[in-house]
Amino acid sequence: MKRKLLAVLMSAALAVSMFTACSSSNTGSAEKSTDAKAESEGSDSAFAPIAKEEIKVGVIHITDPSEGSGYTYTHDQGIVAMQENLGLSDDQIVRKNNVNDTDATAIETAITECIEEGCQIIFGTSWGYMDTMEALAEEYPEVIFCHGTGYKSNDTNFSNYFGRIYQARYLSGIAAGLKTESNKIGYVAAMGKENSEVTGGADAFAMGVYSVNPDAKVYIKVTNSWFSPNEETNAAKALIAKGCDVIGQHCDTPNPQLEAEKAGVWGVGYNSDMTKDAPKATLTSTIWNWGVYYTDAVQKAIDGTWTPEVYYGGMQEGLVDIAPLNEELVAEGTAEKIEEARAKIMDGSFNVFDGVIETNDGQTVGEEGKTLDDATIKGGINWYFKTIVEE
Amino acid sequence: MIIKFLVAAVLAGAPLLFGTMGEILNERVGHLNLGVEGMMSLGACGGFMIGYWTDNLFLAIIAAFLAGMMGALIYAVLTVFLMADQNVTGLTLTIFGIGLSNFIGEYMLDRSPQGTLKLPEHISAQLSNIHVKGLSDIPVVGELLFTYNIFVYLGVVLAVILGYYLFKTKVGLNVCAIGENPAAADAAGIPITQLKLFNILLGGGICGIGGAYSAMIICGGVWISNCVNGLGWIAVALVIFANWSPRKAIFGSLVFGGFSVLKYYIPKSLFQLPNAFYDALPFLVTALVLVMTSIRQSKDKAQPASCGVNYFREER
Repeated sequence: MKRKLLAVLMSAALAVSMFTACSSSNTGSAEKSTDAKAESEGSDSAFAPIAKEEIKVGVIHITDPSEGSGYTYTHDQGIVAMQENLGLSDDQIVRKNNVNDTDATAIETAITECIEEGCQIIFGTSWGYMDTMEALAEEYPEVIFCHGTGYKSNDTNFSNYFGRIYQARYLSGIAAGLKTESNKIGYVAAMGKENSEVTGGADAFAMGVYSVNPDAKVYIKVTNSWFSPNEETNAAKALIAKGCDVIGQHCDTPNPQLEAEKAGVWGVGYNSDMTKDAPKATLTSTIWNWGVYYTDAVQKAIDGTWTPEVYYGGMQEGLVDIAPLNEELVAEGTAEKIEEARAKIMDGSFNVFDGVIETNDGQTVGEEGKTLDDATIKGGINWYFKTIVEE
Repeated sequence: MIIKFLVAAVLAGAPLLFGTMGEILNERVGHLNLGVEGMMSLGACGGFMIGYWTDNLFLAIIAAFLAGMMGALIYAVLTVFLMADQNVTGLTLTIFGIGLSNFIGEYMLDRSPQGTLKLPEHISAQLSNIHVKGLSDIPVVGELLFTYNIFVYLGVVLAVILGYYLFKTKVGLNVCAIGENPAAADAAGIPITQLKLFNILLGGGICGIGGAYSAMIICGGVWISNCVNGLGWIAVALVIFANWSPRKAIFGSLVFGGFSVLKYYIPKSLFQLPNAFYDALPFLVTALVLVMTSIRQSKDKAQPASCGVNYFREER
């Protein structure tokens, strides 16, 4: 009995001493950060500069980066590019892979692990991380939270980032429109009309097609899943059976491109350059260069100039683009047409969703001389362009 | 368009057929194996990687079979010898199988020079659809019967052989007896452990071939993580639809394959049904079949009676 009591007392004493040790180190760092804040008062940032050797970056991925060509792969390529650009060492990047974005506990665990490992800036790449990140941003005000896709942010330490991929889709539509012989172009879409990101992308693609080939129709099939190899194959197969000879896609696997290759037709890939998977079919791919954003954000964190400003980069920033054209496959004059459109996007004279746009159910969207605002593009496109046939 | 739909249905149903046959073999000896998805994933990885290295389709199929069998061996040791809970073991096998195959796939991808794993030319050619001179050119019938890849024919032949094995041979009837009442079978002198082991391993191997189909045909010869993506679970449902009969599984997998591609062939202009409805169809039909069989109460169309319960000889 005596011994037990002693053990309890001892452990209590240990716990108390640990607690005090922790709290004293906490106050120490807090003092340091207030000092630093005073130094960097010139900028709007609420964060002190961090020495490049000391910064730790946390990344939360929904799948594994090595999946090969899809969403997580391209995000991680961006992280790798950021690491190279800034000269960070491997142990300054903390990756949490396969964090299911519908499992709030798993997300919270992954993020708190990053914080415990000393990350000062954390990127979450999937839509479903949004609410958990928002809550944790409040709990850990000293950590920078950046959420990709989604729409939430706060005015201190929680920011949102995404890109104008529709600009690149417009350009890839030009390649598809010039290539098609049957004037039927297929498009495998992950989500239906209710999803603005997918629908707006399909519209931009169809508008690109229309700009060079007004007779071509774009047939769209919805898999109802962000990642489903068999569904994506089946959708592409059905489109090809319908007579489509260019297959565009907004889904994760290169299966639509491979299906096109098998059938001897062509395609436009997404996420990464899919010519590596289907060299005999892929004309070009709409791609993300996330490194542009990640480099920028981490650099700002290092400099102490980071602000929770919402990031919506496009082609001008170099965040989105199309992969080099597959010269052996594209129609003659494709490069010129694309350059022409690219120049207009780059100098800001053309924004894809400009003026009055006709939809496929006979309505119109937008106003003459105006362009759709970012909020609408991100969350309000639930109509298909007039040349799109919903299948 | 109807012909195209049927062809697509057959192709979509083929991996389900393998998974279903494997699960039927398991359930016929009284073992409900929920690890179909895992064994298919293992087969996908084993088959694909060997195909990638050797450029030989025959070796790839053997490797897929062995990889699936390896998963089944884990299951068999745990449930037949160590009497572990069948449901838990099966679920764990699913998680393990998917994880291991992704791990190997990612390891290989990291080391591939082009950042992609694509099957070499020779094996890709062997995987493409067959073309029999004369036969494949017959309108309609030729397209419906003689234009598939080799896996489809392998599946149908296997289903016919397994149907014969289970219901026409002495061993097969013994197997069915074990599934209905292992104690009685044991008393009759049927070698229970050996037959259970044989069926579970064979079933796992066949599931593995189904996985290879996902990796090599559905994904067009490029490695993609999680390539099985739920097909194994549909196969478990399909077992019920097929009344635990390999031959009926041919028809069943065609129907389920049809359901899975239906949404791409019914024009939206004709029916405005939500995609989720099509995704739910196979399971709705399975539920209906369950209701119908339980109303009819026919013994030969029900799940083997001992399915899911481990057999302890000492508890007889």
